[in-house]
Amino acid sequence: MLAYILRRLLYALPILIGVNVITFALFFVVNTPDDMARMQLGVKRVTPEAIAAWKAERGYDKPLFVNTEASGTGLVTDTIFFTQSARMFVGDFGRAEDGRDISREITTRMGPSLAIALPTFVLGLMVTISLALLLAFFRASYLDFWGVVACVALMSISGLFYIIGGQFLISKLWKLVPISGYGGGLDAWKFLLLPVLIGVVSGIGSSTRWYRTIFLEEIGKDYVRTARAKGLAETVILFRHVLRNALIPILTGVVAVIPLLFMGSLLTESFFGVPGLGSYTIDAINAQDFAVVRAMVFIGSALYIVGLLFTDLSYALVDPRIRFDR
Amino acid sequence: MFSSRRSLRFSSFLALPALALLLAACGSEWNDPYPAEQRGQNILYSAFTERPKHLDPAQSYTEDEITFTAQIYEPPLQYHYLKRPYTLIPATATAVPVARLYDAEGRELPADAPADRVDHSVYEIRIKPGIRYQPHPAFAVDAGGAPRYADLDRARLAGIDTLSDFAETGSRELSADDYIYQIKRLAHPRLHSPIFGMMAERIVGLKELGATLAAAAKDLPQDGWLDLDRYPLAGVERVDAHTWRVTVRGKYPQFLYWLAMPFFAPIPREADRFYSQPGMAEKNLTLDWYPVGTGPYLLAENNPNSRMVLARNPNFHGETYPCEGEPGDAAAGLLADCGKPLPFIERAIFTREKESVPYWNKFLQGYYDASGISSDSFDQAVRLATGGDVQLTDEMLDKGIKLLTSVRASIFYMGFNMVDPVVGGLSEPARKLRQAISIAIDQEEFISIFMNGRGVPAMGPLPPGIFGYEDGEAGINPVVYRWRDGKERRRPLAEAQQLLAEAGWPNGRNARTGEPLVLYLDTTGGGMGDKSRLDWLTRQFAGLGIQLVVRSTDFNRFQEKLRKSSAQLYYIGWNADYPDPENFLFLLHGAEAKVKSGGENYANYQNAEYDRLFREVKDMDSGPERLVLIRRMLDIVRNDAPWVFGFHPKTYTLGHAWLANRKPTDVGNNILKYQRIDVPRRERLREEWNRPLLWPLAAGGAALLALLVPAVVGYRRRERSAALEKS
Amino acid sequence: MNGQFVLLWSDALIWLIAIAALVLGLVSARQPQLAAAWRRVGRSRPGMAAATVLLAFVVVGLADSLHYRPLLAPAAGSSAPVYAVETLSLLDAIAEPLRSRNEKTYSAPLATRAFAKETSEVRDADGSLRQVRDFPRLRFGGAHLGADEDAREADVGARVGKSLALGLAGWAALLVLVTLWLARSEALTVAESSRRIRCGETFFAWNSVLATLGLIVLVAAPLFALCGDYHVFGTDKVGQDVFYQVLKSVRTALVIGLVTTLTTLPLAIFFGLTAGYFRGWVDDLIQYLYTTLNSIPGVLLIAAAVLMMQVLIDTHPEWFATAAERADIRLLALCFILGMTSWTGLCRVLRGETLKLRELEFVQAAQSFGVADLRIIARHILPNVMHIVVIALVMDFSSLVLAEAVLSYVGIGVDPTMISFGTMINNTRLELAREPVVWWSLAAAFTFMFALVLAANLLADAVRDAFDARLAGSS
Repeated sequence: MLAYILRRLLYALPILIGVNVITFALFFVVNTPDDMARMQLGVKRVTPEAIAAWKAERGYDKPLFVNTEASGTGLVTDTIFFTQSARMFVGDFGRAEDGRDISREITTRMGPSLAIALPTFVLGLMVTISLALLLAFFRASYLDFWGVVACVALMSISGLFYIIGGQFLISKLWKLVPISGYGGGLDAWKFLLLPVLIGVVSGIGSSTRWYRTIFLEEIGKDYVRTARAKGLAETVILFRHVLRNALIPILTGVVAVIPLLFMGSLLTESFFGVPGLGSYTIDAINAQDFAVVRAMVFIGSALYIVGLLFTDLSYALVDPRIRFDR
Repeated sequence: MFSSRRSLRFSSFLALPALALLLAACGSEWNDPYPAEQRGQNILYSAFTERPKHLDPAQSYTEDEITFTAQIYEPPLQYHYLKRPYTLIPATATAVPVARLYDAEGRELPADAPADRVDHSVYEIRIKPGIRYQPHPAFAVDAGGAPRYADLDRARLAGIDTLSDFAETGSRELSADDYIYQIKRLAHPRLHSPIFGMMAERIVGLKELGATLAAAAKDLPQDGWLDLDRYPLAGVERVDAHTWRVTVRGKYPQFLYWLAMPFFAPIPREADRFYSQPGMAEKNLTLDWYPVGTGPYLLAENNPNSRMVLARNPNFHGETYPCEGEPGDAAAGLLADCGKPLPFIERAIFTREKESVPYWNKFLQGYYDASGISSDSFDQAVRLATGGDVQLTDEMLDKGIKLLTSVRASIFYMGFNMVDPVVGGLSEPARKLRQAISIAIDQEEFISIFMNGRGVPAMGPLPPGIFGYEDGEAGINPVVYRWRDGKERRRPLAEAQQLLAEAGWPNGRNARTGEPLVLYLDTTGGGMGDKSRLDWLTRQFAGLGIQLVVRSTDFNRFQEKLRKSSAQLYYIGWNADYPDPENFLFLLHGAEAKVKSGGENYANYQNAEYDRLFREVKDMDSGPERLVLIRRMLDIVRNDAPWVFGFHPKTYTLGHAWLANRKPTDVGNNILKYQRIDVPRRERLREEWNRPLLWPLAAGGAALLALLVPAVVGYRRRERSAALEKS
Repeated sequence: MNGQFVLLWSDALIWLIAIAALVLGLVSARQPQLAAAWRRVGRSRPGMAAATVLLAFVVVGLADSLHYRPLLAPAAGSSAPVYAVETLSLLDAIAEPLRSRNEKTYSAPLATRAFAKETSEVRDADGSLRQVRDFPRLRFGGAHLGADEDAREADVGARVGKSLALGLAGWAALLVLVTLWLARSEALTVAESSRRIRCGETFFAWNSVLATLGLIVLVAAPLFALCGDYHVFGTDKVGQDVFYQVLKSVRTALVIGLVTTLTTLPLAIFFGLTAGYFRGWVDDLIQYLYTTLNSIPGVLLIAAAVLMMQVLIDTHPEWFATAAERADIRLLALCFILGMTSWTGLCRVLRGETLKLRELEFVQAAQSFGVADLRIIARHILPNVMHIVVIALVMDFSSLVLAEAVLSYVGIGVDPTMISFGTMINNTRLELAREPVVWWSLAAAFTFMFALVLAANLLADAVRDAFDARLAGSS
């Protein structure tokens, strides 16, 4: 098993290199190093010398992928791509273009992001599974039908409306929680209540519907029929057998998302003024801070790969027929 | 058993919010975004939108940054808080220095000598003795008097994350060397000071110093320290511990304004040395992050993502509240604190607020002490009374909110690219085309729709309050306006159409080919309400029959287009660095042309007569002579119309009843120390305004129950039918 | 509407999709399995109700996809026809009053006066100027009433009543027609046919289609009766009619929802099938490609690609004769970029399905007969994965429409000059903070977007159920 994980992680290397190639190519088509320098140095009274100095200092005066002037390995190593991306693999993201240390920024911003994403995820999972179970229990009744219609209606509403509406009603009209902001420590819950609530509600529609199908599939299986024939009560069947078996596909489907929770949510964080990784990303895009963008892309991709690994592992854990030595 | 577990789970769902609400009920204001222990303290609450990038005075140049730096650093001079027009007064200096002028042979000239005879001017600045720096570890010394933290390395920095992790701090007296050290820092090759290029032209020897330092920095490692004391600067001379002299090329009266900006604030050599130790920068231990100053406040917490906290500097040398101001200041209560020691406020907490909606709402709830007004919340706050006076709405008056207005020393304009074949050039048809467009774009309507009247239509490049701006009939732009009934009136569209026809485009169609006239506007897109602004603009051009095509792009591309002069029309603005007409007139100076020299003249406007007058005007002292020349310059640009002079925005600031001594200023930024807060009153009002509405909670709970009832009923029925089947 | 016909790229694609849908319909009719599946869709009541609503949106969208440049009045001294640079659509021509009757700024739905007070100057009898602050009368909203603004309620009521009567009469006529047609084609009595329609016992869900049509008539008739002389949904910040903006948004949403999937469909199908069929290094390579693309956080990839596209467009202004073309290319680019981030999902599913299919006997048999690989893929495998493609097409639609709104909010969506639900929401962001609240723009955008996405979701459900059942039946 350990060997399997190791091999999977090795397999991640070429993917991460590919990701870096794509980000570098895309970003430098958009932004010449001159643009970046100008953005960072401000627009008032900038001299060409200052721009050249800025580029040289950060190593942006080299060619992007291939250095035709260098010889030997310098052909590929003495380039922006190699010098900037190689060190990311050892976890050194360098400094943002405004001179601040990225790793440090990421560690401080991870907390707020997780503080919103984790409760949203856990609560959301609990609420939607309960609702789906409810619908499955009342399957083929009016409650089920209208429940599904309500789910479809809920998922047809743009996430923007949930946020705008929620802020307007709960914070502005009813004054129940602060409109936006973030506080560390014990005060945090006050700020988290609304974003978490909105996050849970906006996810109800699609997840409930999806879990309900999984439950119904499970209910249609032979062993359920056998159990029913044995005279077990419907609730017992539902909770003891169906829920337990249906949780496997649900959880294996969900583990892939867990690592990505670190990345935070772009919309929620910027609407609620939460200093998390999501708003960091948005700020970096707006400020065209390439160092931050590539770090976030790199981390996002790495987390995605970890998520894939989790999925495979969880499949294997619940299904002993899958073995790792293939 | 299972059903009980299920109900338990359900009840836990219900319990969670209920529990949260119970917790919340402890305080009276559920929506208070600040921790409970801050209640009743002498703290000013404010917000910032953009995270400050630089707090190093050699680099910082934006408004977002100066909000902080101006409270921390003390340049030799400052602006008088209350007097208008803006007046320079000493800050750390004993007096506002007077330039001594010399000719090329070194003979002293009288103060009113004409600019062309002056070879260089010398400013002698004397600072007050006994001013001390804020406590800082860089000043900490051991028993022997040697610096405590002078030879740190990465290993010794292991347990240290912020500046407050250093156990010992110290302080010392401000000296003239610190000012000299900072001037040298402007030339530091790694700092990229935005004003280096300009100051190198002015301060004798700065350019040479820049070259020397650049050479010296080449061999230096990334984190290495460049001891600036080892490199002399010819134009700056230390007289004694409290006196220093600067030699400036030519006559340059504007230099005094620069002496009031943080670029010329003192930086102690110890601090620079301290922050240059290896390992410091990785932990954000830099001057950019932890400034050191002598000002009334010090930066206590720096978390630019969410919060910046300024706290009172215990070593502040003391200053008293001004006793004189503009007429009307006394009536406004701005002189009530005359003679009292500054600062009044203990701490100032700045919270990052990116979206304007929450910002505004929190202000209304009393969680920010002052706020600007966006155009969308304008109607709620302000109404224009009969006679055009601005008044607060009853809702605001009930809350005791005060309105503070001032016209900003800035201008927004739409520029023509003067090297463009269609709209550019100084030929008569092109000029008429530009004049026609200037008339057709109804700035008054723009200001009314998009600014809610918070602007003054521009008559030329100079905003009100700047020398050379004139009120009334003498000051109008005769190309666009006419004076009638004691007020300026925009010329009718028919006149614009007539001009357009004379320009060779009758009804917006080429007189010869019948081709429609198509103009291109380059903008940066994506911003708020952008589309509506562009739609409006398209309609203005359509009034002349001109078809406007908008090309929106990102900021970099926009800048590039201006640089390469591939733009035709563009919108841009300029904020004054200092209150002098030179700072606006240079925007049209031919030598500043963007495409030729990368300067600030985005229009690439070049008029020999204007340029000649500009060179004469720029270094003159303000007086009737200068006014005559400025008038001539304004006539030239109004006639040439290289810009559609847009408007000068007005700042409307709202302040709560408990906030005293707030007066809007544009150029003076060190305003925190003058303000005062009535804390008990704030507590009372906040509580009154923020009583939570509870019925929606109850209603929500009831609705949830109402939904559960049919579910439970259905559940029972199913169970029963299953039991029946079994039996 | 004299003018020069303009075919924008997205127009071409939209019409291509419309034609493709027709062709697909004809082909399906001849293939028994597909026909059965579509018949199942036709029986689904929510599905057909949704399809009816969607059809209404599609009609609006198609009318907005015929563009032309209007002819300018001939200039003095030249005879050659000259066309405006402004590109209009058939919808613009039909809705000309909506497009051109702009007020100065906000006005509430059906208002006759502006929303905010304004200062105006009144010249008194003695010739002196006096400033008055009042709600100014709108230039166009309710202008036909003249000074008699109090008559507005009566006028609105009369118009609504008249239009409803007319609309319902038309609807009743349609009902009769359908009943008669059904009676004739199924050889039933009229009473029986009407009973069947009422109780939903027809092979096609006529009752839900007719009920939905009735609902659409109830909503649309008063809107059309009023929109000529009032601003039914009010006006926005610069006084443009919100109803017009909503109508224009429909096309943008349709283009985003349909063209995105279409542009990347070939990619997903090609890579998915080849990976699954050839396995080995081809499979490895393709898997590597989509895992890499997939692992980049979507928004970042989209942001970078959109910015890049913009650079390309900005550096080549000579490619586009009009602003509409520019906005159009930007829209297509957005579609393409969204597609680049979403094709990987379909590709993976297709690969899995192909892996299964290639082991089946008929494929193995074809291989052993030495039939060329590409031929096998085209003849045996592709038809057997078509249902997955259809499902993906309808399932993606709604999520793409929703994504556009979010992207436009972040600032990397459609061209800012293009009207879309996203730009509408973005512009109305601050309106809720006003006091009194300006709610109509947001409400209109919300309602129409909700209707569109809900309909799309319901149809997608119906289609998936129908086609999945076919899958279940065949295996």
